[in-house]
Amino acid sequence: MGNHLFHNIGKLSLFILKRDRIRILIWIIGIVFFTLIVPPALAELYPTQQDRDAFAITMENPAMVAMAGQADTSHYTIGVMTAHEMLLFTALVVGLMSILLVNRHTRSDEEDGRVEMLRSLPVGRLSNMNASLLVLTITNIVLAFVTAIGLFALGIESMDLQGSLLYGALLGGTGIFFAALTAVFAQISENARGTFGFSIAFLLLLYLVRAIGDVSNEALSWISPLGWVTKAQVYGENNWWLLLLLIVVSFILMVVANYLYAIRDLGSGLIRAKSGRKYASWFLQSPAGLALRLMRNGIIGWAIGMFVLGASYGSVMGDLDSFFSGSEMLSQMVLDAEGEFSVIEQFIPMLMVVIAITATISPVLSMLKLYGEEKKNHIEHLIVRAVSRPKLMVTFLIISFVNAFIMLSLAAIGFWSAGAASVEGGLDFGMIYTAAIAHFPAIVCMISIAALLVGFLPRFSSFVWLYVFYSFIVLYLGGLFHFPDWVGKLSPFGYISQLPIEDVNIVAEIVLLVLSIAIMIIAVVTYNKRDIQG
Amino acid sequence: MAVVQTKNITKRFGAFTALDGVNMELNEGEIYGFIGPNGAGKSTTIRILLGMLKASAGEAQIFGKDVWKDAVEIHKRLAYVPGDVNLWPNLTGGEVIDLFVKLQGGTKNSRREELIERFDLDPSKKCRTYSKGNRQKVALIAAFASEADLYILDEPTSGLDPLMENVFQQCVNEVKAEGKTVLLSSHILSEVEKLCDRVGIIRQGRIIETGTLDELRHLTRTKLVIETKQPVPNIHEFAGIHGISGENRRWSFQVDTEKLDDVMKYISSYGITKLESAPPTLEDLFMRHYEGNDPSGGRRNG
Repeated sequence: MGNHLFHNIGKLSLFILKRDRIRILIWIIGIVFFTLIVPPALAELYPTQQDRDAFAITMENPAMVAMAGQADTSHYTIGVMTAHEMLLFTALVVGLMSILLVNRHTRSDEEDGRVEMLRSLPVGRLSNMNASLLVLTITNIVLAFVTAIGLFALGIESMDLQGSLLYGALLGGTGIFFAALTAVFAQISENARGTFGFSIAFLLLLYLVRAIGDVSNEALSWISPLGWVTKAQVYGENNWWLLLLLIVVSFILMVVANYLYAIRDLGSGLIRAKSGRKYASWFLQSPAGLALRLMRNGIIGWAIGMFVLGASYGSVMGDLDSFFSGSEMLSQMVLDAEGEFSVIEQFIPMLMVVIAITATISPVLSMLKLYGEEKKNHIEHLIVRAVSRPKLMVTFLIISFVNAFIMLSLAAIGFWSAGAASVEGGLDFGMIYTAAIAHFPAIVCMISIAALLVGFLPRFSSFVWLYVFYSFIVLYLGGLFHFPDWVGKLSPFGYISQLPIEDVNIVAEIVLLVLSIAIMIIAVVTYNKRDIQG
Repeated sequence: MAVVQTKNITKRFGAFTALDGVNMELNEGEIYGFIGPNGAGKSTTIRILLGMLKASAGEAQIFGKDVWKDAVEIHKRLAYVPGDVNLWPNLTGGEVIDLFVKLQGGTKNSRREELIERFDLDPSKKCRTYSKGNRQKVALIAAFASEADLYILDEPTSGLDPLMENVFQQCVNEVKAEGKTVLLSSHILSEVEKLCDRVGIIRQGRIIETGTLDELRHLTRTKLVIETKQPVPNIHEFAGIHGISGENRRWSFQVDTEKLDDVMKYISSYGITKLESAPPTLEDLFMRHYEGNDPSGGRRNG
């Protein structure tokens, strides 16, 4: 029985490896590279235990705990520091890799009819999904070992073999966990987009549950596998049993995925598609209405996510305040010389950068949708009718701007409402909102670059994500690594002043907007001139 | 006045030349059949006419306007059905039809309901659940429900069942009766024979033959099966006879249309006891061109 369910799984696995060899290689190299450059950099920046202890104290406040998780700050060695700053963050990236790759080979292939072709051959009923899981498991194991050996080979005193192995294994374990989770969602949802949406939402949910748990309720962070990653105390206690827990849960998820896959029909999901309207509403009958309708669920999901993100940062503001006001030494360390700004005001710029860059994702997705629709041969239906290309692109641009505005506003409102409730004496809404919305020109700039790629180099349009990622790295980690100024200035976000501790730099904002408009004009002109693909 | 006119349109994709000087003319009120093997350049030509691709050289006009510069103006009077209809999986067929009619500049009309009925489509289903044929119906309904003067149909019936193909042919005849122009690219030669006034054959990016079906038939051969009282001598060597098979007094072969008279006179002198003739079909013509103008007509079959 088992034999005919898994027939030819080996050949299919090799086939998947063949299709994805470059993709997998790039992921592994990228993740390992980013992991390995950190410890030497930290060792250089914080050479003495005294430096590290001082840094550890700034990491103990609730805002940082919410972001990076808990750590043993009393023994803040380079190893503990690396694990604290990087492990959780890298685990999220590994999770993303697993989600994308599993979805690609399960629901995506099924939706496009490729699984049907395979299933017509002498291939077991469960072979395809399990071949994908097998490939991802192997990928993650390789990633685990390469990371572990690499970290150990750096030869940093506090980074022993055991800790390095656990570090790598936790990354691999998280990857396997999200591979299994995505396989389950691929059975539940009827299409690839739904599978991706559910999986990413779950990833963020697990992160938030851990964040809230770490700050306020220990029990809560034990629910989240991402909490286990931080609780394993790599390079400290090295709790291996948490890795075991991760693997057991992943195995259970795989069994569930197999069961669901076995009982459902090919092409169907557990959530059935409902029949819909016979007529289009007046709203749908325009390019803008169509675009909004197509992006509706995504935008709503992101909007809720941004509000929750803002609210979760806001909710730690009260703890942050009391944390610092409780200790004279601490407040002296963080506060500026004049004592002009409160602790909260000093933390807001950094949190706002994270919020703003997260708020960039949804509008950039909106803009790239224009090319996504083209690749699916959907755009041809529009432009063979009385819809001009400039109108089409401008429609998507406007939707992206409004999208960005909504995302920033909701995050600010979430931040303020949760913050005002937790901080004694409340928070000034105007101050919070201005600090958030000041990033709008930078997001507009990102959107215009996405548009330019769609118009000029459509095949490379997803390269805009590299730029977004770069911005995140240099601005989020910039403080930690003391990057030179110009590194931050390569990102539009680098020109936004740090409200409220700096004044608004109106000139920079206007220059960014003018530059964006120029880029958009080129984008529309080039889009109007090129061949439509498909 | 010509509704569609192209002058030497050429399209290169890098080093590959997809179209090599295509000349085409569609007159008002006619149905033009556009045929050719896979990869010959049919869809590329159509995508240039629709302003989706920019021609590397040459000129193309629809309604006397430039297909690239005046695309939007042209598209207000044009309806298009692609061969491979990709729709939004989460919209229903009904929603897509309304959207298309509206974007083309049309208004709600009774034809929509009538066509949905005739094509037997359930408009409340999501496009994700439609089969290829059903997606094609959505595009066809949207096209025929809009008030267009020119219909560009790129292999519109490849997924339809014979019943629906029939409905499609009725629809084409109806728009023709209203004086509309149709460009029909198709592989189904019987369909082209039934519907089209003129035919253009494209091969390797060039139009190699164009004309009415009757004109084209002159270029092809009639199939004959004969039996004679006496053996026909030297039949293998007779000019105009091709692809001969059989023996002694029973033969089947093809005859060049212009030699038909000579052949019949020659054979009848040996006493014909049986004669079957089949008119040249478009398929014969098509095969002859597709197989690279093989002079013997070699592998042709009826």
